[in-house]
Amino acid sequence: MTDATLLATADTPDAIANLRDLMRIVIVGHVDHGKSTLVGRLFHDTGSLPDGRYEAIKAQSDKRGVTFEWAFLMDALQAERDQGITIDTSQIWFKTEERDYTIIDAPGHKEFLKNMITGAAQSDAALLIIDAHEGVQEQSKRHGYLLHLMGIRQIAVAVNKMDLAGYDQKKFDAIETEYRAYLKSIGVTPTFIIPVSAREGDNIVTPSKAMSWYKGPTVVKALDSFVSGTPTTESPLRLPVQDVYKFDQRRIIAGRIDSGRIAVGDQIIFSPSNKSARVKTIEYWSTIPGAKQPTESEAGYSVGITLDEQIFVERGEIASHIDTAPVETDVFRARIFWLGHEPMTVGKAYKLKLGTLEAQVTVQSIERIIDTSDLSSTGIQQVERNQVAEIVLRARRMLALDSFVDYPATGRFVLVEKFDIAGGGIISMEGYADQRDAITARGTNITRAAHTITNEARAFRNGHKGGVLWFTGLSGAGKSTLAMALEKRLFDKGFNVYVLDGDNVRHGLNANLSFSPEDRAENIRRVGEVAALFERAGTLAITAFISPYRSDRDRAREAAGDGFHEIYVKADVATCESRDPKGLYAKARSGEIKDFTGISAPYEAPESPHLVIDTATTSLDDCLDELVRYVEAKFKV
Amino acid sequence: MDRLDQLESQSIYIFREAFNRIENIAMLWSLGKDSNVMIWLARKAFLGHVPFPVMHVDTERKFPEMYEFRDRYADEWGLNFIRELCPPLESTDDTLPPAARSAARKTEGLKLAIKKHGFNALFAGIRRDEEATRAKERVFSPRGLAGQWDFKDQPPEFWDQYKTDFPPGTHIRVHPLLHWTEIDIWLYTQREQIPTIPLYFSKDGLRYRSLGDKDITNPVKSLASNIPEIIEELRTTKVSERSGRAMDHESEDAFERLRADGYL
Ligand SMILES: Nc1nc2c(ncn2[C@@H]2O[C@H](COP(=O)(O)OP(=O)(O)OP(=O)(O)O)[C@@H](O)[C@H]2O)c(=O)[nH]1
Ligand SMILES: [Mg+2]
Repeated sequence: MTDATLLATADTPDAIANLRDLMRIVIVGHVDHGKSTLVGRLFHDTGSLPDGRYEAIKAQSDKRGVTFEWAFLMDALQAERDQGITIDTSQIWFKTEERDYTIIDAPGHKEFLKNMITGAAQSDAALLIIDAHEGVQEQSKRHGYLLHLMGIRQIAVAVNKMDLAGYDQKKFDAIETEYRAYLKSIGVTPTFIIPVSAREGDNIVTPSKAMSWYKGPTVVKALDSFVSGTPTTESPLRLPVQDVYKFDQRRIIAGRIDSGRIAVGDQIIFSPSNKSARVKTIEYWSTIPGAKQPTESEAGYSVGITLDEQIFVERGEIASHIDTAPVETDVFRARIFWLGHEPMTVGKAYKLKLGTLEAQVTVQSIERIIDTSDLSSTGIQQVERNQVAEIVLRARRMLALDSFVDYPATGRFVLVEKFDIAGGGIISMEGYADQRDAITARGTNITRAAHTITNEARAFRNGHKGGVLWFTGLSGAGKSTLAMALEKRLFDKGFNVYVLDGDNVRHGLNANLSFSPEDRAENIRRVGEVAALFERAGTLAITAFISPYRSDRDRAREAAGDGFHEIYVKADVATCESRDPKGLYAKARSGEIKDFTGISAPYEAPESPHLVIDTATTSLDDCLDELVRYVEAKFKV
Repeated sequence: MDRLDQLESQSIYIFREAFNRIENIAMLWSLGKDSNVMIWLARKAFLGHVPFPVMHVDTERKFPEMYEFRDRYADEWGLNFIRELCPPLESTDDTLPPAARSAARKTEGLKLAIKKHGFNALFAGIRRDEEATRAKERVFSPRGLAGQWDFKDQPPEFWDQYKTDFPPGTHIRVHPLLHWTEIDIWLYTQREQIPTIPLYFSKDGLRYRSLGDKDITNPVKSLASNIPEIIEELRTTKVSERSGRAMDHESEDAFERLRADGYL
């Protein structure tokens, strides 16, 4: 056999030694404002068009009876050319002295927002186009808003079709002022705002003669002035598990490092299973002459690691170092954009995909719908296609995740409805606790000692079973008042009963806890455990805590078991605020108290409480009668 | 992390996602520079293994050098290799121009092979920079039962979240090289020392930039006789990569029609 192949020479040529930087730029803006035209012109004026392409575009334009359409470079589909509109996002490569670029042309029509997001999400920076003639339009703002939401921080603006505006500086100034103010309101400062004519080539590559009043850079110069993204190697480690391979004797955990570094010997923890082990090896396969097995790796690399212990981990978990582990929670707040054909409503379930994790989630609440044109918000309980909203999502199990501001890659997700990705969002843990500590058992080698007295024997002696009456409701709803009055009534009837009240336990048992979300969760966890001990001792414990989070109450329910009765002490915010026995609402309104339940922090009402006591419409005595009847029916033996 | 490392890592991620989410997947091997890089990336992703079949849908009109290459490396790389033949030309749409008709034969062969083996998905080594309709592709691209591409309504794809939920009967094309350019392919081939068919190197002032069927593929003028010279040439050339592929140029919409119908 003749040698059918050639191998490359072994010495490194300059081309590999000096790889050029690549930056991805997305072109966005309202429909027909000239995005694709600008890309076509940019290619022509930088001499990047392949041979014959100019002539081909000419022929394609002539065939359709239009003047030369630069947009046909990118608009490759027949339907796009025939209708003069971009349907789907497209990519093309070009280079300047500075670096190489991938230019991503996005569609501007509202109907194709999913394709715009597909393009924009891949970019490092953006150029937003506004038609000088039409001015700032709906999608000009929505695109700006979405870029910011997705974390794209470098944005330049081109005010296009200046030829149609008579190259008039006043028209440009008016648009610049208007759009700059909008960007400012969403926290964006554009790098440059450039007057251009894409069709005529003004300020694209060559400075415009017709607009000598403009002193700033051309579009190409503005692109070159973007700075390359900073690597996330300095942040704590995030390595989502993508798969576990067992092709040979090695058990390899595969995944891509989203941030930080990992080294052989590191003790790492997998969340949310909270299993821990040491990195034994970082596996590799290479044919590069002289390549050696790595002992460390960092953000960006897809790796395969082995561990020193055979622990069971699976796809969807996040590996990190122990003291910088991700948040564990089953509830979180998110800002989302919705692409689904069906509106999103409270109570609907979706599949969440976050990194490599998949989980069922339900929409617990829709806090507000944000109008991206003036940032006003409405409390409508339904998110329509293409809208942006703030929502709270709840999962049926514990998830490992991060806030988007801290860790973009593990702080964002998509929602799948039936077979389709129907929306995307970024996470904020504001007001919600990291539940890691509450679910982590620190001790090992613990076995329960067995009692010789049965629950039945205790109930027989006391005349009633032990249990937990868990009161939940807003501050001022009447929990403490009711609890103390009920304690008295039940005591008089011969019950062993005791109230665990918020302020009281904070003096002793929980004196070391603050009011941060994590400490509030811990406060409730301890109360739940103590109440469960009362129950087992045969006593009735009445707890009077706002306990606004479902997850916290669920844990208390788990601790207490069958004897747990959730009692919703119901009164709306307005009623409670008018009572305001401790003057707390007034302080919350003035901002003196932060994160106040009902005002500036969420209250998650029980989904199916055992009993609802409506203190807004029922007198105290009637409430008490109802409670006593309930307790006698449920606990007396 | 340099540019090649970034491209490689992204491709590995795609390979691992597809392998985890989709059962019964195979890789298409066209024997050219791109699919050889694709095999390399699979071996990187799976630490030396290629854990799925590698299939060549054979038109039987390739260059002898390509067949020699295939037979040698299918064996040397330890591939689970499958060869399937394309049906005769007569079975294709006779309204298509000649070269497109030849390409349509391959599409038919592909459909038959998918059916025969019951593959739910195929890895294909296409790149966005090759051609304007490929520039609009998704990484996970769902196809109809007959292989059709609904390019007017593609799924959203962002933050590396690919479409991995499908109604029964959907076929998926997975494109691990979509984000690579022609220069990247050569830079990587050089860095990784990947074997290459010599037809890519200049002989008598001509070389092939893209390899297809003998009768519908033409060489371009070039003096580049090794990879560094090819890279130099590509840095300045204004000739497009597929200029030598007849089927792209027969009419404005020739390639779009082929692809809508299931061509790669
Ligand atoms: N007079 C004038 N016309 C322009 C200019 N730029 C673009 N146009 C025209 O505006 C129309 C729309 O241009 P496109 O480039 O297709 O707009 P687009 O923003 O890509 O549109 P979509 O992608 O569909 O949102 C075309 O007819 C262009 O020829 C310009 O600078 N001056
Ligand atoms: Mg366009």
